[in-house]
Amino acid sequence: MDKQEATTTTMATQTADKPIEELSDVTVRFAGDSGDGMQLTGGQFTRTSAIFGNDISTFPDFPAEIRAPAGSLAGVSGFQVHFSNCDVHTPGDMVDTLVVFNPAALKVNIGDVREGGIIIANDESFGKTDLRKAGYDQNPLEDGSITKQKVHRVPVSRLTREALKDSKLGTKQVERCKNFFALGLVSWLYGRPLEPTLQWIDQKFGKNPDVAEANRLVLKAGHAYGETCELFHSSYRVSKATLPPGKYRRISGNEAVSLGIIAASHQSGKDLFYGSYPITPASDILHHLSGYKHYGVKTFQAEDEIAAVTASLGASFAGDFAVTGTSGPGLALKAEAIGLGVMTELPLVIINVQRGGPSTGLPTKTEQADLLQAMYGRNGECPVAVLAASSPADCFYAAIEAGRIAMTHMTPVILLTDGYIANGEEPWAIPNPADLAKINVVHTTETNSNGNGEGDGFLPYKRDENLVRPWAIPGTPELQHRIGGLEKQDVTGNVNYEPANHEHMINTRARKIELIANDIPAQEVMGPEQGDLLVLGWGGTAGAIRSAVERVQQQGRSVAHAHIKYLNPFPRNLGQLLANYKKVLIPELNSGQLRLLIRAEYLVDAISLNKVQGKPFLISEIETKINQVLANE
Amino acid sequence: MSTEALPQLKAKDFASDQDVRWCPGCGDYAILAQVKKVMPELGIPREKMVFVSGIGCSSRFPYYMNTYGFHSIHGRAPAVATGIKVANPELTVWVVTGDGDGLSIGGNHLIHAIRRNLDVNILLFNNRIYGLTKGQYSPTSELGKKTKSTPMGSVDNPIHPLSIAIGAEASFVARTIDRNVQHMAEVLRRAAAHRGTAFIEIYQNCNIFNDGAFFYASEKDQKHDTTLYLEHGKPMIFGEKKDKGIRLNGMEPEIVSLADGSMKEDDLLFHDEKSPEPSLAYLLSRMRYPEFPEPVGVLRSVDQPRFEIGIQDQVDQAIAKRGRGTLEDLLNAGDTWMIED
Repeated sequence: MDKQEATTTTMATQTADKPIEELSDVTVRFAGDSGDGMQLTGGQFTRTSAIFGNDISTFPDFPAEIRAPAGSLAGVSGFQVHFSNCDVHTPGDMVDTLVVFNPAALKVNIGDVREGGIIIANDESFGKTDLRKAGYDQNPLEDGSITKQKVHRVPVSRLTREALKDSKLGTKQVERCKNFFALGLVSWLYGRPLEPTLQWIDQKFGKNPDVAEANRLVLKAGHAYGETCELFHSSYRVSKATLPPGKYRRISGNEAVSLGIIAASHQSGKDLFYGSYPITPASDILHHLSGYKHYGVKTFQAEDEIAAVTASLGASFAGDFAVTGTSGPGLALKAEAIGLGVMTELPLVIINVQRGGPSTGLPTKTEQADLLQAMYGRNGECPVAVLAASSPADCFYAAIEAGRIAMTHMTPVILLTDGYIANGEEPWAIPNPADLAKINVVHTTETNSNGNGEGDGFLPYKRDENLVRPWAIPGTPELQHRIGGLEKQDVTGNVNYEPANHEHMINTRARKIELIANDIPAQEVMGPEQGDLLVLGWGGTAGAIRSAVERVQQQGRSVAHAHIKYLNPFPRNLGQLLANYKKVLIPELNSGQLRLLIRAEYLVDAISLNKVQGKPFLISEIETKINQVLANE
Repeated sequence: MSTEALPQLKAKDFASDQDVRWCPGCGDYAILAQVKKVMPELGIPREKMVFVSGIGCSSRFPYYMNTYGFHSIHGRAPAVATGIKVANPELTVWVVTGDGDGLSIGGNHLIHAIRRNLDVNILLFNNRIYGLTKGQYSPTSELGKKTKSTPMGSVDNPIHPLSIAIGAEASFVARTIDRNVQHMAEVLRRAAAHRGTAFIEIYQNCNIFNDGAFFYASEKDQKHDTTLYLEHGKPMIFGEKKDKGIRLNGMEPEIVSLADGSMKEDDLLFHDEKSPEPSLAYLLSRMRYPEFPEPVGVLRSVDQPRFEIGIQDQVDQAIAKRGRGTLEDLLNAGDTWMIED
């Protein structure tokens, strides 16, 4: 098929009677230059699918450079959405339909398209220069090199111009509407309604009626093109998912974590202070929270990571619920101050949205390689509670839990998320606020000395049965006290360098964190309570592990999945649970950090599955490894 | 402030039960004594005061005050104070720091607290040496300073605290001297009354590692010719016999004599601490020993919007405009849809 033939496909003479195929789930990826609007296109397609009633999971994948050279491989931005009529846990292993806006996007993404999948290419951006920028000698759409997928060459740019021939917009503005053509076309292909996007266009571009009208026209033109042109012989349907009844919204991990800490602030009756320094991929938390001032949220964009955490500690001392957010390099900078939080025993939540490391590493790519940093990355014996969220929606609950533990156990808590769940979205069954537990925070107002020689007046380090010290805040009469980073005498909090006291305090601080294990739920398991293999995970790998384990379970194998939310302290039953299986497999997006902890703590010879490519696991990668481990029994 | 009569507190009511552990003869004692003396005059209850520090000799200060206190980590006191003040703007917050803590490891935070005009009082004890780590040169040590870490003399140009503060457009900048306790008390009162960041450099003698560093400015036999005590609206006159003055020659200050009658007071530079432009204050901060008498007193005192008030105002405005947010609204925002039974 030469180019002329593809582009002269008549539209007007076609009828809309094309066959419709029913599918259970589909993965679509939009890819183009980082300036082509791929994130917006993917986001709108996701939104429409979610409102339509599918279960969804998304994976935005973009370069660290805001505008890498146009047409280059480095500048390719992608957005993948997996939508389904049943429960989905990942954005999908293989792509069913890939929409590419230039040769670079094709080159970067074609390896992920399944055999028999569809590739829709903006034919007009495959000129000589475009091809050269992507390193193609010949046009891959014409040279017969793509044999396993069905290629549809669509002159998106020209059709966009035609649709807008009466528009007042300039050439550049017209060109920028082309992503809506692709969105219209793919919406037709999968039977998605246009209404949600039309409404969104009205809201977004309401102040600019020419742009709004242009986007509407182009969206409809894309849809009509699919309906009438001969390229597509059928379209597809993915019916609504059978999600539990209730009210839903789409949510990303960064948004959920923001809502979660506001909820924790609300449930504890404390104002929220959020100190942060912009860092990818955590900045969105700062953006979200700065828009929630009417919830009493005070955001502080600090001069650096250290100011962000130390200001948060100051706010905590003064009685706010204090949270600081960052990514791996920022956590490293905050280490000394987190130690100060451990020493002063103040509540503080540190959110670490993990990214590829070490050093600056892969700022926009995901990784789980900060677990050991969270556990041990400070001077001295310096234990903190560590939690990990397992999905975008779980970020909400994990953030509340981190706040609860911090405030009721008077300790810094590190909450680990990652770039994958922070930017990925899924539908979220909105909880009833009445179902969220209160967080019981008490600020001491009375002196607490019993007069039996333990010291006079207020004793800031006199502990309760959980070894938790009182939180007395400035402004409270008669409770003036001084805290700081020097070792202190237990009970009085006075500076103290005595050898025995130091060891006692080291042990006390450790024991205080261990006792949190009495205040967290037991570890749950999906699958048989004992058997051949337990697949143990933590963090954002939950969806891929669960899907892989379900597949193997369906083959009748004795495999279970446990996903740890509480990494320090571990749930009380974890050791016993591990002993119930012949083998333990730990898939992680690092070189084996949880495995190190599990081996050290429980002497279990766990097997690793490691991937450190800045990308999440495919379900198939874990499934293959499970089968391999089971075969070696 | 409440009209209810406050109990009359005395200096000793501001002393904590901890033994003071500075070296005998340290200039810090004089500063602690003056702070304890001035605090009761302010009419602020002890529980509404917070002293925040970093690391160094000066940073032990909070342990000795019967107020709330936070002895934090090296250089970070201004950032800790920012969190405290934003969380509770009603607290009176004092930051105690030194030349190493405030201008070396914590230079960044100091500058940013000042340019935000956070309503705190920053006391920078400048002794031009590292004391707690036993005698290395500091960022304010003079060029060529021989210390344990610079046996052949330092090769770094020193930083000047007042110039830094004015460069960051501090709304209140002053200098005082540990051995001039009355003047120090007055500057502390002025700082306490100021709304916004009050930055005070205190020349402080480290009698162990840098004894006499500021004797030129503190000792009877020299101080009259080496210091210029500033008074708002008054001509800049100094010298034991008040016979010398500072005049502006083009953009540069110069010392002139009033003794022979060729120069009158009206010819001199007049101090204006309230000038909205920081140029005069900056010029004063660059008058340095031995070429010039060094200015002592308040260089600058102007009203500027305050950081913690700005943050609180935005919260208040958002609540006034949108109503206090509820969890119901928070969770149900955005695109929602129903899945029916």
